[in-house]
Amino acid sequence: MHTEARIPGLLPASERELRHTFLEQARLVPGAERITRCLQCGTCTGSCPVSYAMDIPPRMVIALFRAGEIGRILRSRTIWICASCYMCTTRCPQGIKITDLLYALKRTALEAKLYPHRFPVYVLSESFVSLVNRYGRNHEMLLLVRYYLRRDPLALLRLLPLGWKLFRAGRVSLLPRRIRGVAAIRQILGASRALELPRPKEEVAYDKTMVGYAAVEKART
Amino acid sequence: MEYLYYPGCSLETAGKPYDASLRAVFAALGVRLIELEDWNCCGATMYMSVDETTSLAVSARNLALAARDAKRELVAPCSACYTVLLKTNRFLRESPELREKVDHILSEAGLRYDLSVAVRHPLDVLVNDVGLEAVAQAARRSLEGVVVAPYYGCQIVRPERGFDHREFPGAMDRLFERLGARSAYFPPKTRCCGGMLMTTFPEVCLQLVKELLECAAENQAHCLATTCPMCQMNLEAYQPRVNARFRTAFQIPVVYFTQLLGLALGCSEQELGLHRNLIPLRVPLGAARA
Repeated sequence: MHTEARIPGLLPASERELRHTFLEQARLVPGAERITRCLQCGTCTGSCPVSYAMDIPPRMVIALFRAGEIGRILRSRTIWICASCYMCTTRCPQGIKITDLLYALKRTALEAKLYPHRFPVYVLSESFVSLVNRYGRNHEMLLLVRYYLRRDPLALLRLLPLGWKLFRAGRVSLLPRRIRGVAAIRQILGASRALELPRPKEEVAYDKTMVGYAAVEKART
Repeated sequence: MEYLYYPGCSLETAGKPYDASLRAVFAALGVRLIELEDWNCCGATMYMSVDETTSLAVSARNLALAARDAKRELVAPCSACYTVLLKTNRFLRESPELREKVDHILSEAGLRYDLSVAVRHPLDVLVNDVGLEAVAQAARRSLEGVVVAPYYGCQIVRPERGFDHREFPGAMDRLFERLGARSAYFPPKTRCCGGMLMTTFPEVCLQLVKELLECAAENQAHCLATTCPMCQMNLEAYQPRVNARFRTAFQIPVVYFTQLLGLALGCSEQELGLHRNLIPLRVPLGAARA
């Protein structure tokens, strides 16, 4: 993909905003600053069991971040395909928290609404979160029903035989049970939202340190 | 010995056999598990990808409840719960900002968490607290003749520096070998099964599952032993899908490691939930020991 010619080091406004959002997310990841140590050795990509299905492999994610092309990362399949097995993080010779950074990228994409309509990961996560908020626990059957109804109702039909087998084995529960502490969960949500709000829409001015490794360091200080 | 027990949502439904066999095995070894009262979902990987702070606070509610108990050791069998609870501890320890936020959120809900709870995996407890010798002493039957592919999955050994090696763990191998079984040559023992990708990107996940089944089959394993409800589901329930997709004919039983261990300890198939497995386990079990 080619990007338009621009003054070296100068980022378009959209990129600046995304970068700001990402750095805010990364600030809450212990060890996130180690991204500055990347050697581009490719151990992460080589270790990843699903890199074969990614359009931008993990090593390139870091390279693109450094190059100021976070928009491209967020529009890729990569961040959604990661299955959180932590092999890259374990093997990285520089101790970069790649999996946790991918989580920060996912949150950035969700916050910027950079995902296709009815996108599977988003629909699943959103359904999961609302179940947990409502009952205090996840309920597998409701989660899958909700997910497939919103995504692809036909796939739900295809899953019926498997669901029936599991049901006969006594491994499906039909109704969710609310925990007693669901009020505490509500209070947790309320308090957490109150911490986030109000969110001032900051106008982020351009600054040379926004590009390259210095960016993360700066965001943390 | 006594531990607090955090079953996790999966063990209430699809993972019921894990819950049943875990309780049976611990009872057979004389270790008490006391279920954490009114626990909630740990948040798994999905909550974390939507909202980190809330996810940590939701997870920390469990740790706060556990901290009220003097035992301070919480056994979490599901890999996702185990890793998320450990991660909550680590994030709160390493980031003062997160600690402050989560403390504040918890206090709004009338809770307090002082980072004092140790999160343990049952495999860790069995091998390191109970000990292989005690387990072998309690065994009623030998597992001689059983060839098992020990599959640890990803999240009980990573990313935290936990109780075993992060790429080539050996705790389960040693456990079953001590009971007479043989561990199959199974190098992908910590390779990811794809987890929730089975729902979101099934094509990618089926490939991963196929590779694992292939390796177990090639090395003549009678069964795969897992430590995680997600791995068990992907490997067992989706075998027909793998077979249809890749024109293979896998029919490999996938048991929880506690189910196989329970057989050696003399628990009944019913107690171990083996009747709930979709692919029946048929292993040559040694004669009962008097």
